[in-house]
Amino acid sequence: MSAVAEKRRVVVTGLGAVTPLGLGAETLHDRWASGDVGIADGLGTCREFDPKDHLSVKEARRLDRFSQLAVVAAGEAVEQADWGEEPPFDPLRIGCVIATGIGGQSTVEAQLDVMRQQGARRVSPLGIPMYMPNAAAAAVTMKFKLRGQSFGVMSACASSAHGIGCALRMIQYGDADAVVCGGSEATLTDFAIASFTNMEALSPTGISRPFDKRRDGFVMGEGAGVLVLEDAEAAEARGATILGEVAGYGSTTDAHHLTAPEPTGGPAARAIELALRDAGAEPSQIDYINAHGTSTQLNDAAETAALKRALGEEAKRIPVSSTKSSIGHTLGAAGAVEAVATFRTLITGVIAPTLGYEVPDPELDLDYVPGESRPLVTGNGRPPLALSNSFAFGGHNVTLALRGAAR
Amino acid sequence: MSVTKEQVQERVVEALASFGPDADSITPSATFEELDIDSLDLVELAQIVEDEYGVVLKGEDMKELKTVGDAIDLIVERAK
Repeated sequence: MSAVAEKRRVVVTGLGAVTPLGLGAETLHDRWASGDVGIADGLGTCREFDPKDHLSVKEARRLDRFSQLAVVAAGEAVEQADWGEEPPFDPLRIGCVIATGIGGQSTVEAQLDVMRQQGARRVSPLGIPMYMPNAAAAAVTMKFKLRGQSFGVMSACASSAHGIGCALRMIQYGDADAVVCGGSEATLTDFAIASFTNMEALSPTGISRPFDKRRDGFVMGEGAGVLVLEDAEAAEARGATILGEVAGYGSTTDAHHLTAPEPTGGPAARAIELALRDAGAEPSQIDYINAHGTSTQLNDAAETAALKRALGEEAKRIPVSSTKSSIGHTLGAAGAVEAVATFRTLITGVIAPTLGYEVPDPELDLDYVPGESRPLVTGNGRPPLALSNSFAFGGHNVTLALRGAAR
Repeated sequence: MSVTKEQVQERVVEALASFGPDADSITPSATFEELDIDSLDLVELAQIVEDEYGVVLKGEDMKELKTVGDAIDLIVERAK
């Protein structure tokens, strides 16, 4: 292997989330851990989110819902990082990556209606700046005056895991000292629902029960997750509270089928191995896995195969649970929302269960944390280590290795 | 169709208020800069004006406008 420059360590100093379980990163994990389900009528809607509570009239009307969710989640993360009015870094050294699977879908649909009903001359000049998939990233940079590199990232349901990976590398290689990163999705429109329904990807029963034998598809959700990442030395120098570390990132592609996962889990397993290697860790050191666990037949089988392939016998020891059992699948936001949930797991020492998991599938034989929450058990007093998987239509595989702060 | 200045003013204030600024701050002498009304907002205002009064305002017309009163005067003038 060729030599690589010594990489900087990257820590997490802020977490934010808006999800079907409510506002806040703590709310997400606490409610999931206590068994609450944010899904109603087969959709994971952010019912407690009202843009008027958080944004000015001007901000709200210029941002599609996916950008609104991102700005609010970013606000929580930046506040927790205690950045104050002025960020504690040169703004030109702060990056921003906000991923999305689709972008401003409801704006596209509303403006198409305007064009068809009133003609092309009535289409809003705000259309493009609202529905462009990088709109959320742009909105977050303007809100918090971040002037380093910024962009959106698109890889369907792996989007925000890729986004966090990009942010990690940006700091590791010295292109930024801090990055506000994550992802957002708000596509609960009739059109998008019909599109997923006709693929037979959605659960006809409206129940998200990953890894259960009765699983029959995913439940669409919306939401946003945002993390503040900082160069470890800089964060320590400014006396920041360190919440954890983004320790490793691995990503591969199936190149197999537009939507179906590669059934042996080979390329996905490789992503897991790469993330572990990047973190300098062994399978024996993993304390928890936050699965992609969509509740589709194919994903949950392929993910199980990938975990066994990458982790060998250790796979059966490690608790694996899916946040989607509580909030559904937030698509392009899932990687970030679930990274936030995973950090809350590492911080609280509480592993939330795979809700609704009751009937084991003989083919899927890992410990999916049925029933209730349980304590996170770590060995030898070292900081806890977790993996978070994201797999996507398009065959994109991402694994993040996330480490808790030393206790 | 003739419109009065008062009618135009009422409609313009209503439209601008929906873009964000406080309705009380939208006086004829208020500048768009003060109100944080930018070029994208002005295109939307032009679309509303065209719907209401059939007055077509182009970007170059709008560029000259500095205050709310300038916009009202232009619309009233063109609507005659």
